[in-house]
Amino acid sequence: MAKKIGIFLLICSMIFVYSCTNKGKKQSGKKQIISIAGSTSVMPFIEKLAEYFMIQNPKFIVDVQGGGSTAGIQACLNNTVDLGMSSRKLKEGERLNEIIVCYDGISIVVHPDNPINELSLEQVRAIFSGKIKNWKELGWNDRRIDAITREEGSGTRGSFEDLVMKGVEIDDSIMVQDSNGSVKEIVATDPYAIGYISLGLVDKRVKALTIDGVAPTVSSIKTGSYKIMRPFLLLSNGDPDDNVREFIEFVLSKQGQELLRKEGLIGSYE
Amino acid sequence: MNERASIKEGVVKTVLTTFALSSLLFLFLIFIFILIEGSPLFLKVGLKNIILGSKWAPTKGSFGIFPMIISSFLVTFGALIIGAPLGLSCAIYLSEYSGKRLKMILKPALELLAGIPSVVYGFLGVIYIVPLVRDHLGGSGFSLISTSIILAIMILPTIISISFDSIMSVPKTYREGSYAMGATKWQTIYKIVVPSARSGILASFILGMGRAIGETMAVIMIAGNALKIPMSITDPLRTLTGNIALELAYATGDHRLGLFSTGIVLLVIIMALNYIANFGIKRRS
Amino acid sequence: MRINPRFIDSLMKLSLNIQAFFTVGVLVVIVAIILIKGIGNINLEFIFSFPEDMGRHGGIYPTIIGTIMLAILSIIFATPLGVGTAIFLTEYTKESMLTKIIRFGVESLAGIPSILYGLFGFIFFVIKLKMGWSILSGVLTITIMILPTIIRTSEEAIKAVPKNVRIVSFSLGATKWETVTKVVLPSAAPGILTGIMLSIGRVVGETAAVIFTMGSSLRLPTSIMDSGRTMAVHFYILAREGISMEKAYATALILVFSILLINIVAYYIMNRVISKYS
Repeated sequence: MAKKIGIFLLICSMIFVYSCTNKGKKQSGKKQIISIAGSTSVMPFIEKLAEYFMIQNPKFIVDVQGGGSTAGIQACLNNTVDLGMSSRKLKEGERLNEIIVCYDGISIVVHPDNPINELSLEQVRAIFSGKIKNWKELGWNDRRIDAITREEGSGTRGSFEDLVMKGVEIDDSIMVQDSNGSVKEIVATDPYAIGYISLGLVDKRVKALTIDGVAPTVSSIKTGSYKIMRPFLLLSNGDPDDNVREFIEFVLSKQGQELLRKEGLIGSYE
Repeated sequence: MNERASIKEGVVKTVLTTFALSSLLFLFLIFIFILIEGSPLFLKVGLKNIILGSKWAPTKGSFGIFPMIISSFLVTFGALIIGAPLGLSCAIYLSEYSGKRLKMILKPALELLAGIPSVVYGFLGVIYIVPLVRDHLGGSGFSLISTSIILAIMILPTIISISFDSIMSVPKTYREGSYAMGATKWQTIYKIVVPSARSGILASFILGMGRAIGETMAVIMIAGNALKIPMSITDPLRTLTGNIALELAYATGDHRLGLFSTGIVLLVIIMALNYIANFGIKRRS
Repeated sequence: MRINPRFIDSLMKLSLNIQAFFTVGVLVVIVAIILIKGIGNINLEFIFSFPEDMGRHGGIYPTIIGTIMLAILSIIFATPLGVGTAIFLTEYTKESMLTKIIRFGVESLAGIPSILYGLFGFIFFVIKLKMGWSILSGVLTITIMILPTIIRTSEEAIKAVPKNVRIVSFSLGATKWETVTKVVLPSAAPGILTGIMLSIGRVVGETAAVIFTMGSSLRLPTSIMDSGRTMAVHFYILAREGISMEKAYATALILVFSILLINIVAYYIMNRVISKYS
């Protein structure tokens, strides 16, 4: 019995090793792998572009992973990936090639049932710094505000701190989630929640607030009247090689930018 | 021929010894690497400022994890308060009241509860328990109470299975002696059976605690992860495990070291709990 | 006034009844919810097609392959190590300081929560050994994680083999190793298999230790150096990011029922062993 199991496991492992090395060989012989990692805000859009890119250029495999802006920048500096993704501007000392893929607004979102449509930047800051804790203070029900922020190290949080908080600390009693998607999920299910997510992800399940009289739309970001926006970057360490350049060219091409615009982002050439 | 056989025996023994020592090697590696990564920060910032510090802002140089230690214990005790009586009752019911056939079905069924992945518990918690708490108790629903409920369900199999085994190992003669003296079934259970199985039952609670304090994915889905110590059962909180899982992928430099020091604290707590539980089990046998 | 002890007796019996069935009810409800919400979205296409748009459409084929690769490879590594350790502990030494230390090591490994395995795998395999987020990093981390289960179940199974079987084998002139491989292991095999099945169940449902070592690339893995996503990780991402509730429930259904099936097989094997020896 033990022998049979042993033989079975041996055969399994042989088949596995064989299939792995075999496929691996085929791949490395024919296909070029472009590895990309970084910001979870940028990831869904690059992944979408990669899907189209791979259909048009079957000789490439584009491997897109999350990890966060900071991890993406680090991975790029260590050359563990071909391209990094970042949703915040580079800090001093992070010497990499920046390719601006597009711009993205950060929208302050609430539940669709929330009657409030507009807040001032000052009020948003007060909510996230813990000064305003109750919806009553903003003219709604007497109910605690369930504010949600992103975790330390997130590019979206970094931009939010720069553009909205402006040096004021985010309060400790505020909930923390580790992706745009999970912030949106809570806001979409909790009528008393408020959070901030990428404009590209806003749909009818959440309501984006008008801030200081300006609604977050593609045109208001394009004209610069909606102030809470950040670039989506692809990063390369030194000059990218030909394969990687081909992907970058696709991203910046008319077709690539059109795909991004459909997702609610603002093209880099506009 | 005989010599060859004994050489073969020698080789086999060496290989098996190496295999057996590999577990120790792995344990050693885990300790060393978590320690190496986390301890420089203890030296740099100071043990006191990490363990008793109340502010966690790793990108700004504050590494206090005191609120998370408290929160971890709060959810764990919450889970125990809900889960321990239920689990113990189940174990007593299974061992003393249920028929043999029912026992054959119920015990494995309850143990299967342990096989359901923690992400599934977390997901169901978010879908069903969080809105319930939000509508009836207030707050966002991502809270101490929701997390405790889900953790209580998750530790039930551990508590039931180990308590059941220790109750079953109480000799039949104890029960017979009690009945002979005219005690009712409940009096026998309450006065004789449970006290005799005490150390095993206690061990089951402590192992349940170990599981609750180490649980991660379900917790970050339901706990809300706010950094403050919760002031009421409807407040959100962040546990030690949640802190690691939320930020590990993003962290670099001192921030990453901070997460590894969180890991060290967690490791110390878990080892202490396991040691206590093992001590309890050993004393019984 | 003294309350009749018989009354308390029946009261307690009722209360225990209620609590026991409440607990079982929770299990039934959990499984039922997943079954009812997931069943409508399951078909062969869901299992065998690739996810599109991050999993919003299409199937979960690459995550099934990722899960199978992770489970089989870690079992291949952990089984010889675990069974070898168990043989050493039961057949090759007497109780000594060394076996006590090894047992302590195994117990401690069993108690470490999976997030700490993830933390260790991340720093050791992914970063220090430069394996990156890959199936290999995941497999090595998971191997260490399931080792205690395999050691403990194998040890129990080997111990359950009656002593006189060995004595007969020795008296026929067999060496120790021959006795172990030809006599002891075949009798202990079903018990060992139970441990292996339970470990597979744990691997399939694991998230925390996998996500930080194996990464979460949705591509079909083609070698063990590729990053990959298991079903459990895929489910976590689908549910947490709110990508698609239908797909999340469908994935949960496949996930939970494959684990239940694996565990039921494990218990079935174990029960047969128990009834054989008693």
